Formats: sequence, C-alpha cells, structure tokens
Amino acid sequence: MTATAPAPRPAAAASPPPPARPRRPRRGGAGGAALTVLTWAIALVFVSPALWMVLTAFKTEGAAQTDPPTFFFQPTLEQITGVLSADFLPYLGNSLMATLASTALVLVLGTPAAYALSIRPVKRTKDVLFFFISTKMLPVVAVVVPLYVAAAEVSMIDNIWTLVVLYTAMNLPIAVWMMRSFFLEVPSGVIEAARLEGASLPRVLWSVMLPIMAPGVAATALICMIFSWNEFFFAVNLTASQAATLPVYLVGFITSEGLYWAQLAAAATVASLPIVIVGWIAQRQLVRGLSMGAVK
Amino acid sequence: MPRSEHRAGADEKEDRLPTKKRPLRPLAALGALGTAAALLGGCAGAGAIASGGDGTTLVVAIVSNPQMEDAISLQEDFTQEYPNIDVRFVSLPENEARAKITTSVATGGGEFDAVMVSNYETRQWAEFGWLTNLQPYIEESGYDDGDFLGPIRESLSYQGDMYSVPFYGESSFLVYRKDLFEEAGLEMPADPTWQEIADLAAKLDDPESGTAGICLRGLPGWGEVMAPFNSVLHTFGGRWYDRRWNAQLTSPEFREAAEFYVNLVQEHGQPGAAASGFGGCLTHYSQGRAAMWYDATAMVSTVEDPDSSTVVGQNGYAPAPVAETDYGGWLYTWSLGIPASSEHKDAAWKFVSWMTDKEYTKLVAEEYGWERVPPGARASTFETPEYQEVASAYSGVMRQSIARANPQHPTNRATPYSGINFLAIPEFQDLGTRVSQQLSAAIAGRITVEEALRQSQRYAQSVGDSYKEEQ
Repeated sequence: MTATAPAPRPAAAASPPPPARPRRPRRGGAGGAALTVLTWAIALVFVSPALWMVLTAFKTEGAAQTDPPTFFFQPTLEQITGVLSADFLPYLGNSLMATLASTALVLVLGTPAAYALSIRPVKRTKDVLFFFISTKMLPVVAVVVPLYVAAAEVSMIDNIWTLVVLYTAMNLPIAVWMMRSFFLEVPSGVIEAARLEGASLPRVLWSVMLPIMAPGVAATALICMIFSWNEFFFAVNLTASQAATLPVYLVGFITSEGLYWAQLAAAATVASLPIVIVGWIAQRQLVRGLSMGAVK
Repeated sequence: MPRSEHRAGADEKEDRLPTKKRPLRPLAALGALGTAAALLGGCAGAGAIASGGDGTTLVVAIVSNPQMEDAISLQEDFTQEYPNIDVRFVSLPENEARAKITTSVATGGGEFDAVMVSNYETRQWAEFGWLTNLQPYIEESGYDDGDFLGPIRESLSYQGDMYSVPFYGESSFLVYRKDLFEEAGLEMPADPTWQEIADLAAKLDDPESGTAGICLRGLPGWGEVMAPFNSVLHTFGGRWYDRRWNAQLTSPEFREAAEFYVNLVQEHGQPGAAASGFGGCLTHYSQGRAAMWYDATAMVSTVEDPDSSTVVGQNGYAPAPVAETDYGGWLYTWSLGIPASSEHKDAAWKFVSWMTDKEYTKLVAEEYGWERVPPGARASTFETPEYQEVASAYSGVMRQSIARANPQHPTNRATPYSGINFLAIPEFQDLGTRVSQQLSAAIAGRITVEEALRQSQRYAQSVGDSYKEEQ
C-alpha cells in the first residue's frame, strides 16, 4: 500500500524544520520516463505474488494448475463461497481478538517503557534495550514444547488468552524500540514547557507527547497487528478447535493428496482482506510514522 | 486519521497549553478497536463453546486429505444417530497434523478425543501406552474388523489387539499413459522390473513436448522422497541396518539403489525433481506432463477425477516395479485412534467406528459416488460390484499390492526394523529427513551420490549405536 502513497512530508510540525537541502529538480524526458517504468516494474514484481493469489482465487482447481498460468479465464466464485461457507466466522473472531487485544496491551505496556528509555533514561538503558531485543533472538521453535507443557499444566491450551499473552510478549520488544525512536523525536523544549505549566507526568504523556507521536503510534500498532494477524506457529501448536485463528484455518486447505491451489488462494485472499483494509485506512499515518526517523 | 496535517498544526498550539482538554483521535480509535476485539472475540469464543449443548463434545484431529474432508461434510449423519455427541474437527496438513498430534498425545495434553495416525505411529504409541486398546470396544460393539485386509490389520495391531482402525489403506504402484505408450509402440510388462521402467522412461522422455519419461519424488522429507526411495531400496535387496544395527548405507546394495534412483530421476525425470513431492508429481502427471509415475495408490482419486485431471481414462496401472525381490510396493494407512488421555473414550469409539465402518463406505457412495469412497482398507469395498465397476482400471492392482505387502520383512535379508517405506522406529522422522536432504541434494546435482551416502551413513550409525547399547 505504501508504495503508491504520496511522498512523505516532514513529520511532526512541532519538530524543528529539517536542514535546508537543495531539492533535486524533477527529471523530465527520457530519463524520467525510464525511472517511471523501472519504478512500475519493481512495484509489479513485488505485487505479483499477491496478484497471482487473487487471480487464482477465482479459478477452478483444474485451471489453477495450468502451466504456464492463464490470465484470461472464466472466473468462478466457487472457491470464495466454499471458504466463507465453512466455519469461517469463529476463526475470524479469534484472529480479531488475538490481534486487537494483544496490540492494545502492547501499546499500554510499551508506551511507558519507551518513555522511560528515551525521555527519562534509567540506569543501563542500553542494556535494557538490548535485553528487550534479545528475546527476539531465540527461535520460537525452541520454546514451543515448554510453552505447550506449561499451558497444558494450567489448562490454557486452546484458549484465546494464551495467544493474546504470547503475541503481546512477541511484539512488545519491537514496539518499545519503535516507540522509543518516536519519543526521541519529541523536542525536549515542549516537554519542559508543559512541566513548567504544572502538567503531571501522565498529563504530559497523554496530552503533549502522544498527539505529536500519533503517526508513530499508529505505525507501531499496525506492525504489531500484522505480526499477530499472520502468526501461525504458536497458533497451530497451542490451539485446537476453540481458539484457532485464520492462519490455522487457512493451512487446513493444504492437502498432501489432492489439488488445493485455488481453494488455498481463495482462503488467503479472504484472510488478508482485513489487514489490507486497515493498512489502506492508516496509509497516510503510516507513511508519516515510518519516515519519522528519516527526517531527523 | 486522514486529517493529520490539520492536527499537526493544532498540536503546535496545544504544546503551549498542555492542560487544555482535547480528544486524542488515534488513541480513541485504538481504544474502540480494543473494545470491539474483546466483544467480537468474546462472542466468537462463547459461540464456539456453547454449541456443545448438554452432551459430549469430541475434538477430532485429522489430516486434511480429500477423503477426510468428505467425512467432515458427512458428520451430520453421525450427529443424527447420536444427537448428544457434538464433533469438532481440527484439520491440518500431514506434517502439521503429525507434529501437533504427537505433541498432544506424548505429553497427555488431552485436547483430542480421537486422532488420525498411521501405521508408523500406531504400534510405537501402543507400546508407549499413549493409545487406547480398541479391541474390547471392537468385540463389544460387533464391529467387523475381520473385513480389514490382513497386512493393514496387522500393521495397526500390537500384541494382537488393534490400537487404531483404518480409514483407508494404500500401497504404491505405477501409473502410465496408455496413449503415449501406444503412440511410441511400447508395451508395459505385466510385472515390470525397475530396469525395464528405466528403459521405457528413456524412450518416452520428450523434453521438447514437456513430457518427462517418469515422475519420481525428490523433495526432502521422510514422508516425501524417502517413501518411494525406500521401496526401491528394499526391492534392490538393500537395507538400512543389519541385524546388529550396523548402518548399511554405504553397502553395495544401498549404493546401487541410490545411484539408480538418482540417475533415473536426473536423466528422465520431471524438471525441478529435487523440489517435487507427492503434490508436485500429482500436478505434473495429472496435467499430462509425465508418461509414468510411481507413487502411492491414493493418487487415483485425483488422477481419475475429471475436475482436476486432463488424463482421465488414459491411464494404465502396473504393480510396483521390482529388482532383486519379487515385491516392490509399500504399505501405508491413515487410521483413527483414541489417545489414552481422552476423557470421552466411549463417545470417541462411537465416532471412530462410524467413520471406519462398512456403512460409512455406503454413505459416501450414496452422497458422492463410489469413486470417492476411502479405499484399500476393507475387503468388502473391493468386492462391491459398483466399486469394481468405477475402479476397474486400478482396484485389482491396488488390492494385490496391499495384500502382498509384508512390512515385517521388507527385503530379502534380515532387518532389525519393520516397515517398507519407513523404518518403524521413533528416530526415523529425524533420521529419514536428514538422509532425505542428502538424497535430494544428490538429485539436484549439488553433491554426488557417494557424498550423500557417506554423510547419511554417519547419521544412521549414530541412531544404530543407541540401539546397540540397548541390545
């Protein structure tokens, strides 16, 4: 989505204007055209797997297997209706629950941590930051059996809250790192001014800093949502019939003894729609948020 | 959100007046989303739990193959008979299902009341006490286990008792394109040898028209390339271990089988063979891009399905090719067992017996036709005239291949293990996968067969040593 968004503007208006940089003149003529073609070609390469997925979703199983793939065919809704008519809704509900609840928790827990590590650095801030990110270095496959046994011990297998807790833990380090860089963007003068006016710490956080950081928070939230929405490994291992999420539903279409490309493509298209919609709505904030660090 | 330009300007003013109350739109939106999530998730969870009613809820883990999906769509028949038993399926692809079921059953996780296992797991798990002995249930309910084909029943039994009951059974055979054979003036021998198949593949290989001489799996995985390769190995007289658990992967017989397999697939196999497993070969063959294919008999449900295949009705079937021994096929079955940790064993048996009974076969035939019935487990299915009619091209070869399989004696020399397409030891999932990676690399041409076998021998010997210690 971001590939087609307008060019990023300078971030928060409250931050000092970036140092004047001579603007490169727009290229015209052959060079400009070549650049446009190249940009489109690269964009097409990136979007082609998704395009193939959407096209295949409207084919029959037989048509999906042709080599080379066909681009002109009689479209059918058979696969899409097949996907929606099965038990789609409980999986969708579980995915929404796991994604949104874990993202909300990440923001609630991650914001104060990022504040402490940027505006009011604690002792050994760097070590703390490294400790946060080091939790991402252990391959998840190494912890899945202990997690399974622990969850079974407290009867939390196949419970959506297990996934909420795990996704929160999984995304928290990334969120802290991201939001810390956004906090660093906030000019210290603004904070000092607010404190001089007598604003309490929560007030400064809520009414001064967060509005400036809103695009950054939106970007962080969206990234956490994407990671949680697509997470498969924990979901497949720690759920069964009650708490399974969409990726688990999706993988059920894969079979080792038959053709399944069209069905799987239809399920994948339907499963990716919510996140595409959220990304599209938040597109402008995202571009601003993700380029916040870049204009420093 | 889209009005961020305006908001940024507003923020500037408010930075000077931080005490002024103002709404925080991004956060408010997030809060609303969180509430929505809690509501939706809560509803979904409640909905999923509540539908069990007053009765028993069974959770059944199955492998997402087409015939199992048919069972899911026919479950209404079961719930009509047992209105108080609600069945929920967890349907996953083979690898994920196997990993999940193994974890759950081994740790007593207890989330499943019935699980789909194969003849690889059943005996081992019965021995470990992880599965419920089904024999008392069979005898009490008058379930017809005498109807199962001998090798299938035997492969799911431990000390004479069945610990899982078969949903369908399979062996391996060779499918070939009769029209291409006719065009080339060739004939398929009634009981082909591997050398004859290699010669035929050389003659039929036609890269210009995009038709490979033969399709053989090359994808790493103990259930992928190792299945056909092991059956080739055993008919070549090779074995993984001698009776004292000395690894035999660099023995002349093993080397001969490996070189034969790798050369055949490299010279006359499908393009990109090192990346094609059962699914890849199925696509190749059913789209007319291979003249022959040696694989599981379960292929027929797709190869002979007009919706998925372009070669329906053009296929001949021959028994698994042989070399030194007089039988070259394998034996595999997907079956249903009840974990020892299940709290609803009686209800689980009702479901397991429903899904594997003769009546279920008739139900599938009525609803979807005889070509969709799960084959290869019950003699009565093969003897039904309607099934014989729709499956005339392959049912005879299939039954013969299953009936002749002898996993207790996979080759012509003694082995300390049983199993043809796999070794029925717990270590084989790991060992088989490691060796398959070597074999696949040899097929891709990245290493030589010699190098692959030397490395594989080391893997196999370390497993063999652990058994030597036990002896």
